[in-house]
Amino acid sequence: MANRTPLYDAHVKAGAKMVDFHGWDMPLNYGSQIEEHNAVRKDSGVFDVSHMTIVDVLGCEAKAFLRHMLANDVAKLTVPGKAQYNSMLNSKGGVIDDLIVYYFTDESYRLVVNSATRERDLGWIESVAKDFNVEIAEQPQFAMIALQGPKAAEKLKLVLGDEAFSKVEGMKPFMSAQVGDLFIATTGYTGEAGYEIVLPEHVAEKVWNDLLHVGVQPCGLGARDTLRLEAGMNLYGQDMDEDTTPLEANMGWSVAFEPQDRDFIGRNALEKQKAEGHDKLVGLVMREKGVLRHGQKVVVDGGEGMITSGTFSPTLGFSIAMARVPSSVGETAEVEMRKKFVTVSVVKPSFVRNGKSLV
Amino acid sequence: MSSIPKELKYAATHEWVRNDGDGIFTVGISEHAQDLLGDMVFVELPEVGDTVAAGDDIAVAESVKAASDIYAPIAGEITAVNEELEDSPETVNSDPYGDGWLFKIKAEDPTEVESLLDAEGYQAVIDEE
Repeated sequence: MANRTPLYDAHVKAGAKMVDFHGWDMPLNYGSQIEEHNAVRKDSGVFDVSHMTIVDVLGCEAKAFLRHMLANDVAKLTVPGKAQYNSMLNSKGGVIDDLIVYYFTDESYRLVVNSATRERDLGWIESVAKDFNVEIAEQPQFAMIALQGPKAAEKLKLVLGDEAFSKVEGMKPFMSAQVGDLFIATTGYTGEAGYEIVLPEHVAEKVWNDLLHVGVQPCGLGARDTLRLEAGMNLYGQDMDEDTTPLEANMGWSVAFEPQDRDFIGRNALEKQKAEGHDKLVGLVMREKGVLRHGQKVVVDGGEGMITSGTFSPTLGFSIAMARVPSSVGETAEVEMRKKFVTVSVVKPSFVRNGKSLV
Repeated sequence: MSSIPKELKYAATHEWVRNDGDGIFTVGISEHAQDLLGDMVFVELPEVGDTVAAGDDIAVAESVKAASDIYAPIAGEITAVNEELEDSPETVNSDPYGDGWLFKIKAEDPTEVESLLDAEGYQAVIDEE
C-alpha cells in the first residue's frame, strides 16, 4: 500500500482526487486545479507537502560537511533561521537533488529534500558524511504544509493568534522561526508570498482544518505544478536530474564558485563545463491555442532541444514551458506539436511573480 | 462513481451520442472522460459541413494535464459545433452531458448508432481500465 500522510483523511473528506505520487497517496485536486491555482495567486491556498523528506544535520563538523556536499555555500548563512536554495551534485556535476537548507548554528542545520529521491538522497548523504563528524537524523515524525498566496500572512495570523504570529510577522523571504510546535519558514514553490510549516503529526490535521475554516483553499499536486512552472521553478526529475548540471538547469545562481578554495563535490566538472560552454534552460511562450508539453522537440538557432516542463498557464491564459536548448538560441523557437511546427517566443524561464505577469 | 445516463449511447473511446431525431445526433465526452482529463483549457472542434467517418479523430480536448483526441462515433456530416466552448471550455467539465456538448452529426446511416455501447456496456469499459 502507498504511504499516507497524516492529512490523508482530511483530503478524502475534502473530496480530493487522490493519486499515487512516487509511492505516496497524494491529492491531485479537490475539484478544479485551475480554481486552486487562482486561489493561490489572488488569495491563499494550502498544500500538504508531508511527503517531503526532512533531514537534520548535527555535529561539530556539520558546516564543513555541508560546504563539501552542497553546491551553494552554507558559510553564507550566519543568521539563525536563514534558509538557502541549494543542490547536491555527483562528481560529474549532475544534480542528485535540489533542496533547502535551514541554518540554526554552525553545528545544526535542517535539509528539506524531495520525496521522489528520498532513498538515493539519504544514501548519498550518509556516504559523504562518513568522512565527517556529523549525525544525520531523518525526521519522519513531522508533517509539512505550505500556505501560499498574498493573503497567507493574514490567514496565518487568524489561525495562530496575534501573539504567536508576532514571532513571524514581517519576516523576510527565506527566513524561519520556531513558534511553539510549528517551524515556520517564508519559503515556497509558487512564486507568491507564504510559508512552509513543519509541524508534529498530531497537530497537522487541526492546523489544516483551522486554515480551511478561515477560507484557505486546499490545493493539490496539479495546482502545485502549474504554480511552480509559472514561477520558473524547476521540478526534479523533469527539469533536471543526475545527468543535468545546475548550469544547464538555470540554477547557476545557486552554485557558489567563490571562495575558490572551497572543495565541493562536482566543482571540477562545473568549472570545466563553464569554460567549454553548455546548453541552457529557457522559457517558452506560445500565445496561440494549444499547450506545450514535456518531451516536445524544440528547434532553435544552432540546434535542437527539448521541452522539460510545459503547461497551460492559468494566470496568463496561454501556454508556457521550460526547454533545454543550445546556448545559441535566438528570440524564437520552433516546437513540434501534434505533427506540425509552431513558432514560440523564447524568454527567461520565469513567467509570473506575486500575481503579476513577467512576459 | 461517475454518471452514465441510460438514454445515451457510448463509444469505448469515451464519447457519448444522443439521438435528437431526424437522423441528427449530438456528441460529447463522458463525465468519466472529463474527470480523467481534468480542467479543460482548449477544445478544437471540426468545421460545420465536414464529412466524417466513424473512428476519425475530428476534435481535440486539451486539458491542463493532456491533449486527447476525440473520435467521430458514427459516420456523417457535421451540422453544428458548440461555439460556446471557445470562450468557456470548462463547460465540458461542469456539464459534460448538457451545455458541454461538442458537435452534432447528421448520420449517414442512423442504424449505425445501435452498434455503439449502452450505459451498461460503457460502464464495463470503464471498469476494465
